[in-house]
Amino acid sequence: MACLLTPDDEAFPAALRRIADPPQALHVFGTLAEADRKAVAVVGARRASPYGVAVAEWLGRELARSGVTVVSGLARGIDAAAHRGALEAGGRTIAVLGCGVDVVYPPEHAPLARVIAGAGALLSEYPPGTPPLKHQFPRRNRLISGLSLGVVVVEGREDSGALITADCALEQGREVFAIPGPVFSPTSALPHRLLQQGAKLVSSVADILEELHLPAAQPHTAAVRLEGPEALVYAQLSFEPQHIDQLAARCGLAAPEVSRALLGLELGGLVGVLAGQRYVRARGSDDW
Amino acid sequence: MLARVRSAAVLGLQAYAVDVEVDVGGGLPALTIVGLPDAAVQEAKERVRAAIRNAGFEVPARKITINLAPADVRKAGPAFDLPMAVGILAATGQLDGARLDSTMLLGELSLDGSIRPVTGLLAIALAAREQRLPSLIVPERNASEAALVEGIDIHPAPTLARVIAHLSGRAPIQPFQPPEASGPGPDACEHDFSEVRGQEHARRAMEIAAAGGHNVMLVGPPGSGKTMLARRLATILPPLIWPEAIEVTRIHSIAGLLPGGGGPVRVRPFRSPHHTTSTAAMIGGGGRPGEITLAHHGVLFLDELPEFHRDVLEVLRQPLEDRVVTVARAQLTLTFPAAFMLVAAMNPCPCGHRGDDRVECVCTPPQVARYLGRISGPLLDRLDLHVEVPRVPPADLTAPVVGEASSAIRARVCAARERQTARFAGTCAANALMTGRQLRRYGRLGDGAREFLRSAIERLGLSARAHDRIIRVARTIADLDGAEEVAVGHLAEAVQYRVFDRRLRLPA
Repeated sequence: MACLLTPDDEAFPAALRRIADPPQALHVFGTLAEADRKAVAVVGARRASPYGVAVAEWLGRELARSGVTVVSGLARGIDAAAHRGALEAGGRTIAVLGCGVDVVYPPEHAPLARVIAGAGALLSEYPPGTPPLKHQFPRRNRLISGLSLGVVVVEGREDSGALITADCALEQGREVFAIPGPVFSPTSALPHRLLQQGAKLVSSVADILEELHLPAAQPHTAAVRLEGPEALVYAQLSFEPQHIDQLAARCGLAAPEVSRALLGLELGGLVGVLAGQRYVRARGSDDW
Repeated sequence: MLARVRSAAVLGLQAYAVDVEVDVGGGLPALTIVGLPDAAVQEAKERVRAAIRNAGFEVPARKITINLAPADVRKAGPAFDLPMAVGILAATGQLDGARLDSTMLLGELSLDGSIRPVTGLLAIALAAREQRLPSLIVPERNASEAALVEGIDIHPAPTLARVIAHLSGRAPIQPFQPPEASGPGPDACEHDFSEVRGQEHARRAMEIAAAGGHNVMLVGPPGSGKTMLARRLATILPPLIWPEAIEVTRIHSIAGLLPGGGGPVRVRPFRSPHHTTSTAAMIGGGGRPGEITLAHHGVLFLDELPEFHRDVLEVLRQPLEDRVVTVARAQLTLTFPAAFMLVAAMNPCPCGHRGDDRVECVCTPPQVARYLGRISGPLLDRLDLHVEVPRVPPADLTAPVVGEASSAIRARVCAARERQTARFAGTCAANALMTGRQLRRYGRLGDGAREFLRSAIERLGLSARAHDRIIRVARTIADLDGAEEVAVGHLAEAVQYRVFDRRLRLPA
């Protein structure tokens, strides 16, 4: 059940009391915890590349593993990937919505929203039942940054909404981080510009934790040993989507063998499948 | 005077005997046809008159009544022209009717007295043999088709005058001798898998489909070669055996689809009806076989599946299970065979470019979901293999690499089919048609394989109905492998062909 918090309530996030334009009230579906003081926002493009999605999931996972709450906006692409990553690692995550907490937008994220409400909270400054109107989304971005100690921009085009979140973060005195991407990709435009303007470059989660004076999690070794065709196929995979036929040609294996190997890798969580039977690496942890 | 001529007509796929009775008597000169004739039969009057006159005989100026018995079944088509003309000549004494009792006649008359081909002759010849008639007079161009029936003399007739000469005994027409091994063989097809470049994954899927009789769904951007693959599926299926060939020839003869020469159909049929096709045209109606019957023992290809009217797709469900379709109308109920393999094709999204490396898709996820949602679950459930066909890069299209030929693939398919025939011992034609009980018996999994399938379904979020489909396809893959038991590798490959059972993927 959704509850209503005003700035006078004790449970109202302290960080939001101090921003320039605090919300009159917060509608919360789920629970806010003391641990949410240590929060980092992960935001970025809705039309993200497989690389961006993998990075956001990885960040969500690693931040959650270090006990950091992952804040984002439940949008398609990077936002949803960051939430998923945090949930996968069993951590806390908060989604700040631009509509009522009972109106999930985009609608296909309704199952994800239910899980988030169980392992964190859905937040909105709009009363329940408010439809998702365009002008509300830029405004809620100030809450995403306001709730967090820092904002990580993963991918974004020149005019991305993530730019608003980054601007809010600067006004509110939060740290801004950016993930570098391929120079040729249009989704690298925003993070690269932020980097030029002084955002901190992130090449591992330690970069974020160090800057925010947060303790790092115990390093874990999740080395997976691959053998036979699976190893051959995995070696050919990258963050560029490749069709199963291309992989077969590159590995010099027959179509059935590649098909079998890919399913094994997918079940192991090592590859992701995209529309059109195209495959990418699902995580980069063993590359970094 | 009265004359009676034996003829026949086709209803559904069966022929039935029709007696053409001609009475010439007193009264005002007239020519009347009774016995539920349709427009084409009514118009026969004019053709018959002109043909008799131009063949050098005469139509007397008396009252002529023609009855088509049995009188309560609707008669259609021009095949009664010849028996009516012969009947008039016999009833007016211009022909001795002694031989008419032992002969069946049919043919369309031209105004000059020559005889034009008619449809459905194979079915009619079979009916004539059942009636133990010794001879059948047919249009010349239909002779080789009718001659597929043994035990009856087929007399090919070029003109009305020639028929009269034959019946009067002045100049008998020699029975038709069929040339040896007529008709093109299965390899004479103009399509071959060697023309398909790249597409290893899709080729393999088509091979599995052919080996187990599985229905296939091809998903890919426009121009990726979905139609090309579907067209070639018929070329890797086992060749038609003789009874199948006769059945197909009979259906195609009734539909008027036999190529010139009229020999038996030796190539498996490939039908690709347009997406505006009506329900009646799809399953049959008005006494005529529909597209699914024309695809009997062959391939029915539905391109742009979501564009078909929903009710047209829904009526496919029952024939896909039962392999026959029963069409009931107010006057009659007909059953047509419909043992076809279904190949459906569709774009991955409304704009067609989802999952395409070169063109960016402009569809939103809800649009994609709506588009895919047009295919109902029960229909999707009957499509065992879902294959995503990518666009082949232009470099591959110009490359000289030639893919494996249809004949090589067909050899493997036939071997896999033989294993199935031996296993099922006549109780089931192919893996795709296994009943639930047979599936549990022949698709039994070892402990490791069962555990693998369970975890795969859980990890990938596959729907429950995918479970049986995966085992069916895995059984076929094992048969292609020559393996007795379904192993983990077979299951793993089969899972890859259940694209639509997975949760919605990333749109990237």
